[in-house]
Order: sequence, then C-alpha cells, then structure tokens
Amino acid sequence: MEKVFIAGVGQVAVGEHWEKTLSHLSTQAIRAVLRDAGSPQPEIVYIGNFLAASISHQANLGALVCAEAGLRGVEGTTVEAGEASGAAALHMGYLAIGSGMADCVVVVGVEKMTDMIGNQVDAFAVQSGDTDFEGMQGLTYNGIAGLLMQRYLDQYQTPRESFASFPITAHRNGVNNPFALYRKALDLESYQKAPMVSVPLSLYDVPSYADGAAALVLVSRKMLRDEQKAVLVSASEVATDTLALHDRADALAFEAVRISTANALEKAGLTRDCLDLFECWDAPSIYGMLSLEAGGFVERGQGWHCATLENLALNGRLPIATLGGIKAHGFAPGAAGVYQVVDAVQQLRGEAGQNQIASAQVAMTQALSGAAASVVTHILRKG
Amino acid sequence: METPRHWRLQKQRLALVGEVCPHCHAKIFPARDVCPECGEEAKTAFKFSGKGEVYSFTTLHSVPAGFEENAPYTVALVKLEEGPIITAQLTDVGDREVKIGTPVEMVTRRIRQDGDERGMLIYGYKFRPVLSH
Repeated sequence: MEKVFIAGVGQVAVGEHWEKTLSHLSTQAIRAVLRDAGSPQPEIVYIGNFLAASISHQANLGALVCAEAGLRGVEGTTVEAGEASGAAALHMGYLAIGSGMADCVVVVGVEKMTDMIGNQVDAFAVQSGDTDFEGMQGLTYNGIAGLLMQRYLDQYQTPRESFASFPITAHRNGVNNPFALYRKALDLESYQKAPMVSVPLSLYDVPSYADGAAALVLVSRKMLRDEQKAVLVSASEVATDTLALHDRADALAFEAVRISTANALEKAGLTRDCLDLFECWDAPSIYGMLSLEAGGFVERGQGWHCATLENLALNGRLPIATLGGIKAHGFAPGAAGVYQVVDAVQQLRGEAGQNQIASAQVAMTQALSGAAASVVTHILRKG
Repeated sequence: METPRHWRLQKQRLALVGEVCPHCHAKIFPARDVCPECGEEAKTAFKFSGKGEVYSFTTLHSVPAGFEENAPYTVALVKLEEGPIITAQLTDVGDREVKIGTPVEMVTRRIRQDGDERGMLIYGYKFRPVLSH
C-alpha cells in the first residue's frame, strides 16, 4: 500500500455564518487548503457532510462543491457517517491514495446548520440514531448521551462534576484558537450552575451546533513537495456498533471505539504511550469519558478518577482538545472530524502557537457518530 | 405524511410484538431479519409482556420538533423482563421518583402528531411506574 501524507490543511472559523451558503463555506476551506499545499491539482474531492439534504434541502454535493470551488470536472462525492462524516471522508481519501488510484485528493468536511432555526434541527440531527425506535420516542442527540451519563453516574457512583474536566479543558484551549467559536475559559462554578439540557447533561456538557468547513490535501509520496510540513497518516480505521443504544447489552462499553482504537494502534505499530495528543470526541462530555475507557487509556469505570484537568492538559499525560476540541470549536457535525485532524496536524507541524505541545510527534484523532455507532480513528505522525 | 412508515410499525408500537429466534430462542425487539444473538435468520413473532424495569433515563428540557406538547419529558431505556432493552417515554410518573431499577409497565399513549394540525396522530408504547398496590 502507498503511504498517505497530509500536505495541507485549511479551515474557516466555526460560527453562525448567516450570510454564507454551504458551498461558500466549502469553497473557502478548499481554497485555503490548496494554498497551504502549494496549489496542487486534486483528482478527487471527498465531501464529509451529514445534514445538507435535510437542513438545506440540498443533495448531490459532489457537483455543487467541486464546481463552486473552481474544480469543475473533478470526481466528487459525499461521504456520510452521521457526525463522523468528515473523518469518514478522510478514510475514503486514504483508501484512494493508499490503493495507488490517485496521487492527490482533497477532503472537505462541511456543515451548514443555520439554514434552519428552531428545534426542527434537533429532529434532523437525531437521524444519526435509530429514527423508528429512538427518534420517534422524542430523543435527541444529547438525550441519548443523557441516558448514558445517568447510567454511568449510577453504576460507578460518581459526582457529576467529574465530567467537568472535558469542557473546562476544551474551553481553556479554545481561548488561543482564532477558528474556535468559544474563546472564553470556563470555571467549575459556571459548570455547576449551568441549566440542564437533558438531565444529567447540562449546557456545558453538550456541543453547540454551528456552521463550519475544514479541509485537507492528501498526497502520495511522489507528489510530496514540502517534506518539512508533511504529516504521515499511519492508520485510518472505521468500526461500527448497533445503531440504537438499546441494542447493546453493555451500553457503557462503546465497542466501536475499542475496536477502532485497537486496530489503529496495531496498524500503526504503536502503543498508547506513544501518543503525544488525542483529539477525542470530547462533547457530550460522557462521550469523552467513555472514549478514554473503551480506548483502553483507563480502566472501565475509572475514567472519572483519571480524567483530571492535570492529566488532560497540554503538558499532561494525555492532552485532549488541544485547540478547543468539539466543545469550544463549536459543532459543525460533518466538519468536526476534519477540524480534529486540522488541529492535530497543526500540533505535529509545530504551528499550534501558545497551545503547542512540546516536540509532538504522534497524534490520534477519533470521531464518533451517534452514540459511537460509527467510529473513525486516525493516527498521524510527523512526516 | 409518512403513513406507510407508521402503518408498518403498528404491531411493534401498539402490541409490543417482536420475535423469538427459532434457533437460539433469544427474544428480539424490534423484529429484524437476523438474530443479534446467534446470527441465524429470525422470523417467529413474539408478543412481549410489557413488564420491565428502568435501565437508565434522562429528562429532556430541549426537545425536537413534534414533541413540544409534553416537554419536559423523561425518556428511559427499559429492560423488558424477557431480556431486550427498548427506548420509551415514561408517563403517569406524577410525583414518584424514577430511579434505575424502578419497575415499569407498558401503556398505549399518543406519541406525536405527524405533520401539522391535520396530520395523523401517532399512538404507541410508553411506560409507567408499576403501582405498588
């Protein structure tokens, strides 16, 4: 298999871009990534998107995104895996370069949430779960996470505050990221006082929907122009679980996280100790906790002892959400998995500014769809 | 209007009909083509008792379109006495405290309206706490 390199990253700031369309957002990200990669000619564009057909009533994004970005004629298709769509699009790009079929691929994750306002958005977003048997009972994306958090609190007799490390870490790191929606630190008192969204999940446990687009250029070795900037994709692994949470005998197990993480580490020939940072799915906060446990970073039921501010910090044992994560970045679902990779690449290139992790060599990113029904894990190494 | 979809699901929603696997005898809800326990073909209908207990629960203050009239409401994972877990709203809770392990039973209630005020009313299962007397 050919080696796959990330030769460029591009992004637009996550936010409420009322005046911009979906294609405008993706075009901005694609132009930025092509500039960063030295203006290569892409052969394929993979578009990670979850909700355009529902919220914007727009399908067939391959044609729309390519033509609008000035790439008319180029192969382009949408990759959909719920909230993990962007990461799944990267997986498709990885397969295209790795197989030798293409030498230059653009991956763009894009989501336009604000074409619709009100709670119809929640009715569409819960489509990453089981529509007939979860959505029809009045659940939401965050409601499903609430079921898991209540079970966790009861099973392990943990205080709710043990989840605060995830949003506090993300917000602290988002302060220095000009592309993040929230650039304000969060303290424990604010966390404790926040209004409930889906008990026991509060406003600071859950991600905030917003518009966004982020992009990557993938190339084969022969197309690599700047070795200094290059980041190697050491592993790209997708795993699935049951779509509905209720079909799992052990709801807190997050089996797809376990499988995807183990396969990625094996393919990359690395152990967990080798990772300098982990862009995990930090919001809803319970998903961050369960990802650390199912991924084997901590024992089952022990995450709340180990996921401390100290351990998750930029100079801690396992830094997470190093430029704001899902929580402080703002949540553009189909783009989120690509933003995670953009952040990790910035760390590996030494371009993370005040949030730079000293001598970062290896990073893992992991995108979750629904209650970890589809999980996409990538391991990246300094080229 | 999504009449075909709701018509297709009426046995599950109104009578809690799932399946029993003819090969490994696992009880399955909702019905599907392949038994999740043994991987063989599943096809034999089985009516569940509607008795179970709360496995987890969450009270939603922010609810999706179509569900506003009952907000805030509680959705639970209910572990049926025959084994499977299903997702359902709790109803008739009153001032009783819901906990993991609370015994519950199925009742039929209005779930939501399909579309606008002229849309179809959709009925289905919810669960209520079992009265102790």
